[in-house]
Amino acid sequence: MAPDREPLLRIEGLRTSFHTHEGVVRAVDGVDLAVHEGEILGVVGESGCGKTVTAMSILRLVDRPGRIEGGRIVFAGRDLLGLSASEMTAIRGEDIAMIFQQAKVSLNPVIPIGRQIAEQFMRRRGLGQRAAMAEAVKLLAEVGIPAPESRIKAYPHELSGGQAQRVMIAIALALHPRLLIADEPTTAVDVTVQAQILRVLRERCRELGTALILVTHDLGLVAQVADRVAVMYAGQVVEQAPVAELFAAPAHPYTRGLLRSLPRLGDVRARLVEIPGTVPSLTRALPGCRFAARCDVRLAHRLDRCTEDAPLMMPLTAGKPHAVRCWFEGQLA
Amino acid sequence: MKDTLVRVENLSARYPVRRGLFGVRRWIRAVDNVSFTIGRGETLGLVGESGCGKSTLGRAVLALRKAAGGRVEFDGTPVFDQTPDALKALRREMQLVFQDPFASLDPRKTVGRSVRAALDIHGVGSEAERQRRVEEMFQRVGLQRAHIARFPHEFSGGQRQRIGIARALILRPKFLVCDEPVSALDVSIQAQILNLLKDLQAEFRLTLLFISHNLAVVEHMADRVAVMYYGRIVELAPRDRLFAQPLHPYTSGLLDAVPIPDPSVRSMISTIDGDPPDPANLPDGCRFRSRCRHAMPKCAALEPPLVAVEPGHDVACWLHDQPAHLALA
Repeated sequence: MAPDREPLLRIEGLRTSFHTHEGVVRAVDGVDLAVHEGEILGVVGESGCGKTVTAMSILRLVDRPGRIEGGRIVFAGRDLLGLSASEMTAIRGEDIAMIFQQAKVSLNPVIPIGRQIAEQFMRRRGLGQRAAMAEAVKLLAEVGIPAPESRIKAYPHELSGGQAQRVMIAIALALHPRLLIADEPTTAVDVTVQAQILRVLRERCRELGTALILVTHDLGLVAQVADRVAVMYAGQVVEQAPVAELFAAPAHPYTRGLLRSLPRLGDVRARLVEIPGTVPSLTRALPGCRFAARCDVRLAHRLDRCTEDAPLMMPLTAGKPHAVRCWFEGQLA
Repeated sequence: MKDTLVRVENLSARYPVRRGLFGVRRWIRAVDNVSFTIGRGETLGLVGESGCGKSTLGRAVLALRKAAGGRVEFDGTPVFDQTPDALKALRREMQLVFQDPFASLDPRKTVGRSVRAALDIHGVGSEAERQRRVEEMFQRVGLQRAHIARFPHEFSGGQRQRIGIARALILRPKFLVCDEPVSALDVSIQAQILNLLKDLQAEFRLTLLFISHNLAVVEHMADRVAVMYYGRIVELAPRDRLFAQPLHPYTSGLLDAVPIPDPSVRSMISTIDGDPPDPANLPDGCRFRSRCRHAMPKCAALEPPLVAVEPGHDVACWLHDQPAHLALA
């Protein structure tokens, strides 16, 4: 990916906070991300790292007490944060679509799934009911629902979790959006079904040229599905790299720690390598690196700067796409 | 061969479901005629996907839910149909670690009181002695003395699981059922808890039934592994053998489907078709046949029994109904 090409989506300095009784939670605190046309970006991190809030911010679906407080989200040349509510509504579904973890909750329980898919074609493409239903049948077949002609009459409760997620994928991709955001799309289904769903998701996105942001806690999923990866920690992106590089040569001490701490199939060790401590609270301002308190590199090299000065996102090697938010590993330009 | 601490024979557990307002009551056989043993000091891993009955099995073994049939022996003593006093004595020896420690802790009690409760119920030692044992246990699971007087909501998920483990161990049991003990935890915290469980197992000479849907976690923890599919154990083998040479198509399909955190290794291959069956309406014969690429007419006609194909390696599949040593003879 040439750095001079304007990406499909560019997020700069995004800040989204939640104003709670306990104080202001800076859930997303200076996130920079880029997604290129047709690529799959994996956004990976643990609970509370801000990955879902980042995804919701892109579509401006952050509800109170949450608020987008700064930054830019430039999609196809337009800053989404500057659009009116009706302009934003026009973009959702049409240009950017989203699927969620709980597919069944996202579907309307009292409307047959065929009509839920067809509705978009009627409302947004001006199709008649018959033509829209024919499109719905085609879409269900494309996501691997058996006997789609009869399944269009099914209600969401009659579907298994895996089928419901396939239907969500069909709805999300119906209007051929340029970007799909999938937030933990397979966390609620079993591993055997997960493999099926991800294959459908990846194949359909490739066929349509749709870029995909896959938000997940699962490093395995990211390794298998993504082209590029952004690792988030405590409200920030701490490392970004092409997938092969991230897993072969992780640079941020947090990423390295995560990969070391994972039990892996076929690789039995007596003990796992722990990351000590826990994630810091996001209600307080954190002056230095957010990972400093748990960082083995900082300890080993006695780096004082890390607790005082927040590191910037820096390339490992000038001009290369592998970037890291770490004073020790990054190279200041 | 280690001597047997837990013996489970033909254990069944079921619960009723009703379809529709006037629907007939049907039974879901969550655990269906399951037998296995766990040796003293051993960890038996129990894997399977959601709804396969692994949690129900864990609770039935501890007599925390009623079994529909079969028997469980703990250290030679039958666990079912005991007098309340005898059952209470057995409970000191067998404890449960839950998936969600928050849901299993009383939010109005300090965590110290929750951990201490078992000592009070069983009348262990003097007041001072109980307090000392709670303090020791908190330290042992990696918590501080100051934590004893705090309430569950003041702790992170990993700390709550440490409290759950402290509570399970306070009576010094011999046998622990761990039901998805790290599934609710973040990756960076999982390793802390898994290491802690291994350390405590060595220190207290614990025997574990370790239940999880995560195959990599089970491989890390278990000596032997049982794979469960809709109420039945379909394969049971020593850890290394099961992961290197799975024989049941369900086991190998599960292993193929796991996403490996290495982009240079191809994984997430789906060799299991379709969706899981309706547990109230399982296929006749082998219950996996509706998703199995090797299904034969025999699979619909007869349910394959769990038989040893090698010493210590049991499989319930008609592809492997000939014990290897007999086939060769």
